[in-house]
This record gives sequence, C-alpha cells and structure tokens, in this order.
Amino acid sequence: MLKAENLGRKYTSRKGETKALSDITLEIGDGEFLCVTGPSGSGKSTLLLSLGGMNAPSEGKVCWNGESIYDWGLKRRAEWRGKTVGFVFQSFNLIPYLTVFENVSVALNLSGREIGNKSREDILNVLSRMQLLDRMNYLPRELSVGQQQRVALSRALVKNPQLILADEPTGNLDPDTAGEVLGMIREMHKEGRTVIMVTHNPQIAKMADRHIQIIEGKLKV
Amino acid sequence: MKMLYRTIILKEISQRRSQLITSLLAITLGITVIVGIKNITVFSEKAVSLEMDALGANILILPKSSSVQDYYSADFQDEQIPEEYINTLVNSSLAGIDNLSPKLNLPIQLNGHKLVLTGILPKNEFQSKSVWQGALGIFSRPKGCGTVSVKIPGINDQPQNSIVPSAGCTAMSAKPVNQMQNTTRRRVIEGLAKNSVLAGSDTARLLGLQTGNSIEIMGKRFIVETILPVTGTVDDSRIFAHLHTVQELAGKPGLLNAIEIVGCCSAISKGLIQEINRLLPEAKVVTITQIVQTQIKTNTVMNKLSLIMLIIILIVGGASIANYMFADVYERRREIGILMALGAGPADVAKIFIYKALLIGLCGGIAGYIFGTVLALFLGPKIAGISVMPIPLFAGYSLLLSAGLSIIASIFPVIMAVKMDPFIIMQEE
Repeated sequence: MLKAENLGRKYTSRKGETKALSDITLEIGDGEFLCVTGPSGSGKSTLLLSLGGMNAPSEGKVCWNGESIYDWGLKRRAEWRGKTVGFVFQSFNLIPYLTVFENVSVALNLSGREIGNKSREDILNVLSRMQLLDRMNYLPRELSVGQQQRVALSRALVKNPQLILADEPTGNLDPDTAGEVLGMIREMHKEGRTVIMVTHNPQIAKMADRHIQIIEGKLKV
Repeated sequence: MKMLYRTIILKEISQRRSQLITSLLAITLGITVIVGIKNITVFSEKAVSLEMDALGANILILPKSSSVQDYYSADFQDEQIPEEYINTLVNSSLAGIDNLSPKLNLPIQLNGHKLVLTGILPKNEFQSKSVWQGALGIFSRPKGCGTVSVKIPGINDQPQNSIVPSAGCTAMSAKPVNQMQNTTRRRVIEGLAKNSVLAGSDTARLLGLQTGNSIEIMGKRFIVETILPVTGTVDDSRIFAHLHTVQELAGKPGLLNAIEIVGCCSAISKGLIQEINRLLPEAKVVTITQIVQTQIKTNTVMNKLSLIMLIIILIVGGASIANYMFADVYERRREIGILMALGAGPADVAKIFIYKALLIGLCGGIAGYIFGTVLALFLGPKIAGISVMPIPLFAGYSLLLSAGLSIIASIFPVIMAVKMDPFIIMQEE
C-alpha cells in the first residue's frame, strides 16, 4: 500500500518560494487504479515523482507498506524504485542512442538482474506482447510515437513492478494510438498492479477506480 | 561491470564523437609532450653524463699539503695518503659516488724520456668489497643522478663489464664516444694484470709502442695491453699499471697520491664533500667546482623544464576533461533522470561518468605514450643529437597520470550529475 501523509513540496528560487504541493494526504490500495487530474502546473507531476521516491518532500512523508521511503538511504530508495516502480512518461524518455532491446534491458539490469538467457527471454516476451519484436534493434528515432510509447511501457513492465506511475502517457499520441496504450495500461492493472496515472483528460480519468484532482498543489477529492 | 555501464558508456561515446575526440586529443597531446620531453631528457642526461665524465673527476682526495696544481702536474710524489682510505670510503654509508679511482704516480725514465707511471686500481678489485655487491652503499646513486636502467644506443652497446655505467646528472647534447675513449677518460679499467700496462697515446708514439709489445720499467717486464686514444690531457703522456705493482716499484706499499671521485652532483650539493671530509680528516677534499656547477645547473634546468611542462599539461588536460565532462553531464541530464527513475542510485550514475573519464584517460595515456615515444625517437637525434630508445616504464607513468587526471577532473561534474534534479524528466523535450 502506498500512502502520502501531509505531503508538501516547496521550491525556492531567486524569485522566492513556490509551493508545488501542500498538505496532501492520500492512500492508494494494492491493485488500485488511481487517476490524478488537474490543470497544468497544479503539481500533478511533482506528486507523481514524490510518490515514486524521486522527489523528497519538504513536509510530510510517503510510505510504502508502512515504511517511510524518504527515511531510507538513497541506495535503498533507488533499489526500491528499480524493483517496485515502473515509470511511464508523456515524452517517453527513452535513451536515444540505445536500441529498443537495450532500452528495455537497461531497466531490467537496474532492477538488479544480470542480462543472461532468462532475462533475454523475459525481454523478448515483453517486446512480443507489445508487438515490437521486429523493431527490437531499432533506435527510438526510427520508431513512430506510438511504438516509442510501447517501448516505454515494455521498459516499465519488464521488471514486473507492483506500482506503475504514468505521467500523461497518451499526451503525445493520436486518439487511436492513445486508445491502444490505455488498453495496455488497463491490462497491467488487471494483472494486479497498482496504477497511478496523471492525465488532463476527464474521459480517460473515468476508466480508473478512483479519480482525484490537484489544484494549486492541493487535493480536491 | 554491469551491462548497464558497458552499453551506456560505449554507445554514448560513439554518439558524441566530436566532443570525445577534442578531449582525447587534449590529454593525448599532453602526455605526448611529457613523454617526448622526458624521454629525450633521460637519454640526454645519460649522454651528457658520459661527456661530463670526459672532463674527469669532480672530487679529488689529496694529501693535506698538496694542491690541485700538484695533482695536474703529477708533482706531488712526496706526499701520500694511505690506500686504506679506499676501504674507509667503500665501507662507509656514503651514497652518490659513481666512480672511485685511487692513483699513485711514479716518475720514470724510458729510453731517455721522462715519463710518469701511474698506478690505478681495476674495478674488479672494488667488487670484492662487500658493500659494492649490495644495492645500497657508496656506489648507490640517488634519484636525479642521471642514471636510468636503459641503454644508450651506440654508447652502452659495449661488451659487458668493460666499463662501469655512467653517472652524472645533466642533460645537453652529446656525441657517443667509443669504448676506448671511455676507458681512458673515466680511468675505470675492469681488470688489469699486474704485469700489464696501458700506454697513453703520446707515450706510445714517443716510444714506438704497440699493443702486445713488451717493455721494461724499473727492471720489471710488462706487456702493453693496449694503446689509449688521444684525450688531450696529461694522461696521454703517461703509462698506467696496476696500483699495487707501481706501489711495489716505488717502494710505497699501501700509499696513494690521490683518489679521484666522480660524484653525483646532487649528492655533492647535498653535502657529500663534508661527509668525505668527516671520514678522512687527514686528507684534503677538493671539488672541481666548474664541473659540479655545470652538472647541477643543467640538471636543474632540465628538471624545471619537465616540471613546468607537467604543470601545463595538468592544467590544460584537466581543464579539457573537466569541460567535456561538465558538458556531458549537462547534455545528458535527462538521461540521468531517466536512469534514476529506472532505479539507478547515485553510485550507478557516478560510475557511468567515472568509467567514461577513466576510459578517455587510459586511451589518452596509451596514445600519448606511443606518440611521445615516436616523437622522441624522431626528434632526439635532430634536436639533441642523441639516439633515443623507448622507455617502457613511461607507459605505466603515462597511464597513471592520464587516468588520475581524468578522474580528478571529473569529480565536480560527477557530483553535479549525482545531485541532478530528476524533475527534468517530467518536462517536455
């Protein structure tokens, strides 16, 4: 179970202090599908990063199965991310000079698995499921945007994570491809994974078990 | 190494070739210059050491009442010092003496010509002393004495045991000298039978001597072992025989006129003379100041030049690598964020950049050593008039220097990478 307690995040710059998140308390049950909506700059992505152990809060805490993840050391938190969390981003965030296969294998490697025969088999299975087998030696720039997002999904899925954090995964896709990607995310959820997805689109938000709104860094249920 | 590092480092390097080449070029150039200069310097020092030897000893141990003038005119037969001084020196804890040559002069008349018979002690008699055998002791040469365990082509390519290795500390251009010239100049004879003599060039011409001739000196027959080449010194008009034979003929057993020493200039500057004075208070210890000063001066210039070059290389090479790594971290900040999101910890991120810096450093070190050595082989004969050979030890130093420099120059970029705000991955490209 993932829990945010009184989560707050401030950024300090020369122009002063900006409150990105303020007093967010949230509980996401195992296997739940949660959608987070809100206008641009409302703090949705900051919340997602904080829940994923990538952005230490200024106040409050994030707990995974009762343990405060920001009380862990950097190494343990990185290991937890590597094994437990699968990120999917709007702009795919593939490593541009690595092939499809290598992009996926880096994620598996960072989850603590060496790339041997079994790992190769797992990677090929995921790529097959995402219909990317014939593109495995392509570089990201040689793929369509839909294919690139499918690589990003493969990368998140290959390590079999319990938690999927998706930041507007359909934001750059045409409606058909977006539908295809959402179908895959729904499938991941059906397999028992907890999914937290940030989106602008209220229609997409409806497919989730629960929907929350963030406005000016504050939670509106 | 994790597949992660190997794949990411090699692929990323191949993607950003131009930046890599610039950085690699800077470090390669730096190491090339250092290796080239150092290589030529080492062989120059060796060559000049031989030239310096040609000037003769730089320290003289004389009887208390004798002068350097007496020494050169061979006019101090009445004053002697005990041969025991040799043992005192050899068994002392002194270091930095490269050559020790005891002498006894005896005026003789041969076929109506006034000549000087000089007794010398061959090197093999020193070797029987226990201290000579060890690595330390009086003949151990400190660093900076111009001694490197490499051969000088054309100079050291002589039969083993014919001549002791050169000492000295300096570096200038020098031309190779042949074995016989060395023998004469350095007065170091490996072995000399008690019934053999070496004839100076003038003496040989005057007496019509040839190698293998037999001559009688003070009623004792000697075989002329060799005719020494022209040196332009008083030695040309001398005849050299075994010290103990000359002592016997002169009726002065266990006595010497002088001990010539070729001391390492750095040891001299650090108080070798005072040490000898303390050991032999009854003798007069004299330095040939000009020789020592020249050696020290040239040595200092070369060392300073090397140091200046090293500092320049460290600054230029370090700055270039640091610049490359800073740019690399900045350009790859999104990838760093991605890797962190995928589970890379600070150590993983740091390793990616450190391994890359190390790779650049090692490649630069290897290339720099090769180019520097080739440069030295090519330029050595042209600018310094000496032949140069590769020094394998420099390969190790090059790798250490370039790898160390690369890692040090990468420290701040790596810290920057590790502290990168991962929020960048949420931003649109």
